[in-house]
Amino acid sequence: MAAAPETAGTGKGLIGWIDQRFPLTKLWKDHVAEYYAPKNFNFWYFFGALSLLVLANQIVTGIFLTMSYKPSAAEAFASIEYIMRDVEWGWLIRYMHTTGASAFFIVVYLHMFRALLYGSHRKPRELVWIFGCLIFLLLMAEAFMGYVLPWGNMSFWGAQVIVSLFGSLPVIGGTLVEWIRGDYNIADPTLNRFFALHVAALPLALVFLVVAHIMALHEVGSNNPDGIDIKKYKDADGHPLDGVPFHPYYTVKDLMGTAGFLIIFAAVIFFAPNFFGLFLESPNFEMANPLQTPPDITPVWYFTPFYAMLRAIPSAFGTQVWGVMVMGAAVFILFFVPWLDRSPVRSIRYKGPIYKVMLALFSVAFVCLAVCGMKPPSGIYPILARICTAIYFAFFVLMPWYTKFDKVKPVPERVTEHA
Amino acid sequence: MLKASVLIAFGVLCAGTALAEEGEIPLMEAGTDIKNIESLQRGARNFMNDCSGCHSLKYLRYNRLATDLKIPEADLAKNLIFNGAKPFEEMAFGMAADSVDWFGKQPPDLTLMARERGVNYLYSYLHGFYADKTRPWGVNNLYLPGTAMPHILYYRQGLQKPAYKNEKDAHGDAKMVLTGVDPMIPGSMKPEEYDQYVRDIVNFMDYAAEPIKAKRESMGIFVVLFLLVFFVFSYLLKKEYWKDVH
Repeated sequence: MAAAPETAGTGKGLIGWIDQRFPLTKLWKDHVAEYYAPKNFNFWYFFGALSLLVLANQIVTGIFLTMSYKPSAAEAFASIEYIMRDVEWGWLIRYMHTTGASAFFIVVYLHMFRALLYGSHRKPRELVWIFGCLIFLLLMAEAFMGYVLPWGNMSFWGAQVIVSLFGSLPVIGGTLVEWIRGDYNIADPTLNRFFALHVAALPLALVFLVVAHIMALHEVGSNNPDGIDIKKYKDADGHPLDGVPFHPYYTVKDLMGTAGFLIIFAAVIFFAPNFFGLFLESPNFEMANPLQTPPDITPVWYFTPFYAMLRAIPSAFGTQVWGVMVMGAAVFILFFVPWLDRSPVRSIRYKGPIYKVMLALFSVAFVCLAVCGMKPPSGIYPILARICTAIYFAFFVLMPWYTKFDKVKPVPERVTEHA
Repeated sequence: MLKASVLIAFGVLCAGTALAEEGEIPLMEAGTDIKNIESLQRGARNFMNDCSGCHSLKYLRYNRLATDLKIPEADLAKNLIFNGAKPFEEMAFGMAADSVDWFGKQPPDLTLMARERGVNYLYSYLHGFYADKTRPWGVNNLYLPGTAMPHILYYRQGLQKPAYKNEKDAHGDAKMVLTGVDPMIPGSMKPEEYDQYVRDIVNFMDYAAEPIKAKRESMGIFVVLFLLVFFVFSYLLKKEYWKDVH
């Protein structure tokens, strides 16, 4: 056969039989074999594929954990120890899941940072970014509920703190909290519904959104470190001159990225699964005790930047709702980034000094907030958290102005390098 | 610019850690080794003799312990099972809930204590008892002030007395600050013997908290080595495919 026909359904054999009934070859070509991606992807472009890898890891290990876990306040904690001790390879499955949760946030944070570096959220990729923000939001809910399931003391008190946040909402607060908990306290019904949401509802929604995220991306094509459109220059066959088919070029490259990631992932699982109390917190090795709080109630590291913002805002007019609103706004504001950025160029390579300084300040502020959220609110931490919260919001709120007036460099016609 | 930011953030992290550690009595170094089977065996013996009267290990099974610590089942039944339990059962001895009347709280299960508090804390805690007449059992603890536990290893370690230094508080008034302990009444063991005795118990508790730990670490070396080799081949594969892209 000379050239494969565009319309599938004329092939032979089993694949041909399927293609006449289902667009198997077409899907493979559209999304993998003939999806042309820019050839100049760099290190930052590994984290999308790695997010997918970690998602798969969470789903598969999660299914196996569900086979032995007991979603009941009386049995949950002991069932985790049963998995760790009596289930064949249960310890490995559980550590893959707990380390995977932290790894998920690491790769997702880096993936989002990549978008801020190269303007991957700019027109026409606004929906790609919005689906991504929704994934991030759901991921936080998923991680929070998953953290409650082992029913350790930090699980319990973390849930207590986070669920009570809804209580600060005026009028409906109290009723809302009761409705979420299904009880007058964090108790068995709460654990049961969090289990249902963690293993069924949220993963389904996550997978759906990931599919939407990738479909939206493949509809408009991937951005690249130069932030330029590769579809402008095409060869005789109509393929972008600066593009390469995803398969085999990026499948083999992502295989290499996967290997690199797995080295670190395995090192944590086998040598430091607690990761110095950051991935598995020590108070969580004690069963939930409604009568005794841990010495400090701190969320897991990936929530601490937002937790620090919550604590940084003092209560006013007799309510703490302001901190909750600021924390919510910190996530909500992400959705608007495609429209806040007014720069004529996408990539940081051609943006001016103001954006570079702002992004650097923003990154430092985010890390500092993470540290503040882990420390008790005394000494320099409350004031540091306030300054960093201000920088965090300034980065977004002032973006329409500083990106507009910032000097930009001329953008090249073709991509400048490839890895 | 970004590299500088990372450095600054790292500096903040370090400064934060330094701040948090001021003003506490530093923990002692436990020096345990989870791969030392003999130490673990001695630790199991010590634990059964001195701790199991009050504290359970309810997530650990007798036969798991025997297998991991290379203790023959006959010895297990003779020397370690005191309550007629079957070897496959969990080590759920310890005190009943009414012991709360004796101590003010039920002695906690110790299976996971090493993961909850860390080996250095446990080692320090068992070294930290000192005479204090104001406490119900006549002892207090340097690392857990107001502890509900009596100094059960008194006859081995002996009794220590508190050491204080004089300081001024924020209002300029003199106050006594507890800084450590000094020996007072010797016990049946020399200090080095007691150190080893406690180290073995703590090592055993570290094992009990995560029986797979030693195996996990030795397994991890091969997993990481395999992945390193896999990385090299995946890099070469990538290079081969990409050599025609310009």
